Amino acid sequence: MARINSPAELEELRKGILSKRDPNKRCITLCSGSACHASSSEEVAVSIEEEIKKQGLSAEVDFRKTGCHGFCERGPIIVIHPEEICYLQIEPEDVPEIVSQTIKENKVIERLLYTDPSTDEKIIHESEIPFYKNQERLVFGSNGNIDPKSIDDYLALGGYSALAKALSRMTSGQVLEEVKKSNLRGRGGGGFPTGRKWEESRNAPGEIKYVIVNADEGDPGAYMDRSLLEGNPHSILEGLTIGAYAIGSHEGYIYVRQEYPLAVENVTIAIKKAEEYGFLGKNILGSGFDFTIKVHQGAGAFVCGESSALMTALEGRAGEPRPKYIHTAVKGVWDRPSVLNNVETWANVPLIINKGADWFTQIGTEKSKGTKIFSLVGKINHTGLVEVPMGITLRDIIYGIGGGIPGGKRFKAVQTGGPSGGCIPEELLDLKVGFDELTKAGSMMGSGGMIVMDEDTCMVDVARYFLDFLTDESCGKCVPCREGMRQMLKILTNITKGKGKEGDIELLEELSEVAGDASLCALGRTAPNPFLSTLRYFRDEYEAHIREKRCPACSCKELISYYIDPVECKACMACLRKCPSEAIVGGKNLIHVIDQDKCTKCGTCFEVCPPRFAAAKKISGEPVPSPIPLEARVIVRESKEK
Amino acid sequence: MKNDKIDRIIDKHGCEPSSLIQILLEIQSENHWLPKEALEKVSKKLKVPLSRIQHIATFYKAFSLVPKGRHEIHICMGTACHVRGAPRVLDTVKDLTGIKPGETDLDLKFSLETVNCLGCCALGPVMEVDGKHHGRMVPAMTADVLRNYD
Repeated sequence: MARINSPAELEELRKGILSKRDPNKRCITLCSGSACHASSSEEVAVSIEEEIKKQGLSAEVDFRKTGCHGFCERGPIIVIHPEEICYLQIEPEDVPEIVSQTIKENKVIERLLYTDPSTDEKIIHESEIPFYKNQERLVFGSNGNIDPKSIDDYLALGGYSALAKALSRMTSGQVLEEVKKSNLRGRGGGGFPTGRKWEESRNAPGEIKYVIVNADEGDPGAYMDRSLLEGNPHSILEGLTIGAYAIGSHEGYIYVRQEYPLAVENVTIAIKKAEEYGFLGKNILGSGFDFTIKVHQGAGAFVCGESSALMTALEGRAGEPRPKYIHTAVKGVWDRPSVLNNVETWANVPLIINKGADWFTQIGTEKSKGTKIFSLVGKINHTGLVEVPMGITLRDIIYGIGGGIPGGKRFKAVQTGGPSGGCIPEELLDLKVGFDELTKAGSMMGSGGMIVMDEDTCMVDVARYFLDFLTDESCGKCVPCREGMRQMLKILTNITKGKGKEGDIELLEELSEVAGDASLCALGRTAPNPFLSTLRYFRDEYEAHIREKRCPACSCKELISYYIDPVECKACMACLRKCPSEAIVGGKNLIHVIDQDKCTKCGTCFEVCPPRFAAAKKISGEPVPSPIPLEARVIVRESKEK
Repeated sequence: MKNDKIDRIIDKHGCEPSSLIQILLEIQSENHWLPKEALEKVSKKLKVPLSRIQHIATFYKAFSLVPKGRHEIHICMGTACHVRGAPRVLDTVKDLTGIKPGETDLDLKFSLETVNCLGCCALGPVMEVDGKHHGRMVPAMTADVLRNYD
């Protein structure tokens, strides 16, 4: 491939690519993101390739393995273009039928379509499925249309036109002004204005400056950065290059977790391709601007998501944060000005340059502009990645897009912002999503994890869970975080084990205050949030644990017991066979009884007991009823013959 | 681990002290753990004190200073898996294998680790064995999955 030396040559190349593509030609796209990969999309891919060949359709149909489509709950997903027929939960066995029916005969296969649970109506087109219909997929939308390993696919959708525009028609100052005007705020956590960060670095003294992509996505339950990097890596490279031009940097880094091997692979391929085409390297598009990007793999430390810790890790040392009296934008990697932004932030930049800040500021609320990708997970019907305009309500996300709570359970809270965030209760479901709105509610935007919890989730246990996570991830450099978290975890663990005592809540509040004020970095300063927000909205649950030794959600193992209601038990043997600790006594026509001494409280009996009997019960805060005497356990069944 | 293999990895990264983590990651991924001899070699070639290498090898989760079992079990403890019952899955696996997270059994059959999010929350709770995902786990299913490995 010859290098592209000017914006005009880029447009020529794009025309060439598009002229070879017939928009009416059939194309099967298959989601090959990590989540679908885990539900065997690789096997589906193999059988699609084989089947196309077998049925002699190689010339008539294209096949593309794309990045994440977002609707992970129903993966693997196939979308057939140009009609946009969407098939869900595809298994390799379905493939021959899809090729012979839909591709050859133009027939839609009903059973693979999405069924609207409220109307039982089958929905053919991807964009009409409620999960997609209510989204605004500006950043994430291309994921489902391009093969992340193909730069031509990205170019066909207008890729690198923003870079060409910035380099040829704008000064670096104008690029900066545009980003400032857009009010783009960091998508990785704090929501710091991106333009201001860039400006600080641009004005900082020093010849050598760095730009960095933060892809050390560590919040449990959040995976949108990974899906972007895996599915559309060029959009991030383009954004990063534009940012480098704006601040005058010639070296960039992508800091990505080694736990994301596919992201590492795809972004490495993308960099190589971009270098070949001349979108990276010396004299990019003939503008005289030089820029290179290196990939650095993170070795697994949550704290490395923090800017100064990440930069220390980039230098090849243990990633411990430092006090930031001087911002990293002025003194970052090797004490040189360094701009660090999250994956999603960088991916927004080409859009802003292409369509303008005025267009961008029309989307969202007064202080939070644009869209945000959330990973909607937990107790929700439609688990997946959703991109919505800022200002949408939590209710619209959880019920409109997410399809509500499974199993007819009651919504309890939604946790946002990862371990630094908090839990938002039912009464705030109409809260508008935005940086400041979420902070006011005691949580935060964070990187965009949204974990839905139902009535079976214990909020004290959630607080304990996050403290456990943070204690493990604290780097240990400063005392308030290292010791404070440990003590908080100890107290919270005691509470969930029924060993809580009066005064515990007050002690936790005091520890929270110290850790919040005196910790070195944001990890420690925000660590008390999960506790504080659950206390704010669910104080009664804390009190029930401490005073009554009762877990209202029947979740804390030490505070619950399982028992089988002798009136309901039909001696069906389901639980008896499945119990891993052989703790269930009974037999055919003998009512089952749990031996409480043997029971490990794994909950298997509760899960396998047929719902029509619902004999296995979970109880908390009350003694287990004593087992009925042996002679009363015999069930005499009426003879079927009269 | 063979000496020339370590040399090759170090040379690939240009013998730069700033590439220390990348070098260790590659040794870890080839060898599944970091033997002392390998660390000494890296220390000598990069001219980085062994104490700093130890600091890094114990700081980051990806590194292991002890040999791993033939099969690596990763149980996702991400928030989504947690609220869907991952702790109960972990408890059952601990009972079945007799080891705790971070440990390897005496026969070097299984190593057990917890991870903070595998990014396939739709399948939660997830248990990963040797890179293969087993989704929607319940305690009763774990024994059937582990039986397939020896």
